[in-house]
Amino acid sequence: MTALGVRGPVRIRREHAAVLVTFGLLVAMFAAGSIVYPGFGSGQVVVDLFIDNGFLLVIAIGMTFVILTGGIDLSVGAVAALSAMLCAFLLEQWHWPVAAVLPLVLLVGIGFGFGMGYVIHHFEIQPFIATLAGMFLARGLCFVISIDQISISNPFFTEWAQTRIPLGEETNVTPTVLIGLAVLAVAFVTLHYTRFGRAVYAIGGNAQSALLMGLPVARTRIGAYMVSGLCSSLGGLLFAFYTISASGLHEVGTELDAIAAVVIGGTLLTGGSGYVVGTALGVMLLGTIQTILRFQGTLSSWWTRIAIGVLLLLFILLQRLLGSSRTRR
Amino acid sequence: MPGAVLEMIGVSKGFPGVRALADVDFQLFPGEIHALMGENGAGKSTLIKVLTGVHAADAGEVRLGGERVSVTGPQHAQTLGISTVYQEVNLCPNLTVAENVFIGREPSKAGAIRWREIRRRAAELLTRFHVDVDPGARLGTCSLAIQQLVAIVRAVDISAKVLILDEPTSSLDRDEVEQLFTVMRRLRDDGVAILFVSHFLEQVYEVSDRMTVLRNGRLVGEYRTAELSRIDLVGHMTGRTLSTLEQLHVRDETARVQAEPILKAQGVGRRGAIAPFDLEIHPGEVVGLAGLLGSGRTEAARLMFGADVADSGTITLGGKPVPLRGPNAAIDHGVAFCPENRKSEGLIEDLTVGENIVLALQAANGWLRPLSQARRQELVGRYISALRINPADPDMPARNLSGGNQQKVLLARWLITQPKLLILDEPTRGIDVGAKAEIQKLVVSLAEDGVAVLFVSAELEEVLRISHKIEVLRDRRLITEIGNTGTVTPEGILEIIANGTTP
Repeated sequence: MTALGVRGPVRIRREHAAVLVTFGLLVAMFAAGSIVYPGFGSGQVVVDLFIDNGFLLVIAIGMTFVILTGGIDLSVGAVAALSAMLCAFLLEQWHWPVAAVLPLVLLVGIGFGFGMGYVIHHFEIQPFIATLAGMFLARGLCFVISIDQISISNPFFTEWAQTRIPLGEETNVTPTVLIGLAVLAVAFVTLHYTRFGRAVYAIGGNAQSALLMGLPVARTRIGAYMVSGLCSSLGGLLFAFYTISASGLHEVGTELDAIAAVVIGGTLLTGGSGYVVGTALGVMLLGTIQTILRFQGTLSSWWTRIAIGVLLLLFILLQRLLGSSRTRR
Repeated sequence: MPGAVLEMIGVSKGFPGVRALADVDFQLFPGEIHALMGENGAGKSTLIKVLTGVHAADAGEVRLGGERVSVTGPQHAQTLGISTVYQEVNLCPNLTVAENVFIGREPSKAGAIRWREIRRRAAELLTRFHVDVDPGARLGTCSLAIQQLVAIVRAVDISAKVLILDEPTSSLDRDEVEQLFTVMRRLRDDGVAILFVSHFLEQVYEVSDRMTVLRNGRLVGEYRTAELSRIDLVGHMTGRTLSTLEQLHVRDETARVQAEPILKAQGVGRRGAIAPFDLEIHPGEVVGLAGLLGSGRTEAARLMFGADVADSGTITLGGKPVPLRGPNAAIDHGVAFCPENRKSEGLIEDLTVGENIVLALQAANGWLRPLSQARRQELVGRYISALRINPADPDMPARNLSGGNQQKVLLARWLITQPKLLILDEPTRGIDVGAKAEIQKLVVSLAEDGVAVLFVSAELEEVLRISHKIEVLRDRRLITEIGNTGTVTPEGILEIIANGTTP
């Protein structure tokens, strides 16, 4: 029985392989950058990757939950922008206290996720369409709040933006990095050590089976979109911390960067297989490409897009190859 | 005898236009394997769905351990102690075996899942049921039989009072069925009440203690398996006598072999699927492909049609070598193929019966030359009546038909193109005895009209009944060809498969 003979001494699973490939590519790219550009291989460059992409990391982690259930969330960029706008507006125009604004904004993000998840699950609407609607809605609401960019002068924000936590002699991290890493850790534990997390994987594997096995499919699927909404909101806030401003034009296309990071990180778009750690590596890889282009100096930033496009294509092909080498039914 | 663990009294259930169950009584005792028998549409599925709470009964009551219960859904049924394992394995292929057994009820400590505990308990359970699989293996990499057993292990571990097995054996080969039966018998001895639904009469006789027969939603009777002959059982199920199942035809060897073969395969093979083999099929000849599940039966059939591309050898169609790079070349030469999985590979459930039937003909004509309405109706009408598709309504969506009738629709689709060679992959799997016999009869009459048929089936009895010659496959290799002279028995073929040699 060949089907039973999969019990090799070392078992590299497909999803592990994809993450390893991403990791290998990240290391290779970083090594190449270090060799070509002096000053590239410093700890601060690594940390800067996290600083510059902390918000994307958080958003992409939320996206990972949704994609693991077999869905997609196109609203993340718009919800992030809306969260930042709402935050800036409440702080600057209405002068609400920070302690009230931040939780409220996060709740709005969760609410958005709940709404879309509810529509997707109970009305059986394609996630693509439901979250596209959510994206337009959130983006539109940004401009209802204000057409112009709002600068944030709240001391909490300005201080936050300047805070540097020393890490060794020459390296500093920002609180954003710590939040990003904390979200990563919480997401990992949630996905692998809670029933909610395992149900997310089960739904992505086979939603019908999950239902018949008695798993709370409705709660889990809507929950995944709520996680994504929360992460988008948090990502939006981190971006506001980073730029000390908010605008309805911020984070256009972030949803696509997030999806790219998730896919490059080895998560299957069909759901059921992937790791948040892979997503983090995917975000790092995107960041590394940008950094290399910055060091290079003469190439236009659009080359980042081209590089991402090529990478994405390669990874999808890779997933296909890894996928087809599995036992055929 | 102890009291019934599960009882249904006067249960009725209707759907718009159909009376699916009418006043049915049913009793299930602890420590018995009880077969539920009936043709497609007899009400077996409805009965199971009422038991598991998918449908609510219109009238009558369900009693569990003597107390009246109203089951609200599969989950509720599970908490009451009724677990169901369906034909399609309802587990998650992306998770490990161990996790599939425990998901939704994982042992946890302070909200965190205890993986070590899960693996340990899963290993214990699998050992107890003699299921030889690594609990850490991903379920999708396991064979269907193992997946089925894992589903049973899960069901039994959740609640061990009543276990419903809905067509668990239809995708298993003989060894795997044996393995399943061993597990079932062990559970029965532990006092579990098992309700077993299967279309395979032999299996029912092998494993069940009692049986309940349904026909057209009504209870025909409840029998001890040992006291009911097969002929009587089929009579009860169909309401007819068994003449259709008897020897179907006498073969005329000489006429066929003299004719030029329609299809000639020389050294055709595909790496990883089937070793190179030779095969000739003549007009009017029924060639059976026999072998266990995974022996390369389907793979061989697919090569003949170009559904997979052979990487060695030549296929000659009608005297000319034809490179089969895809199904189109085969279709152009009059080859038709009914795939094994009618739901996912053939039938389009949302289209009507009529639309499904004309699909292949329309494709052969080209989309720019639509069939006229009148011609379509005439053709569809003719094939619906010729194949006795029931209900004979061309505008009925195909999903509403029973399995056997869906299979006939697929057959009609290909017959309408008037193929010279018809490849049938498991055409009778999962359909009832009556429809099976009709399809077999149809194959025979097609052959009499000069159509060549390549017939793939897991049931040796069936292959023997209708084939002129039988190709025996084993371990992805065609090991021998036997002329069906009337002295060949299923046991003989099994022996060849087992020993790998001709007797």
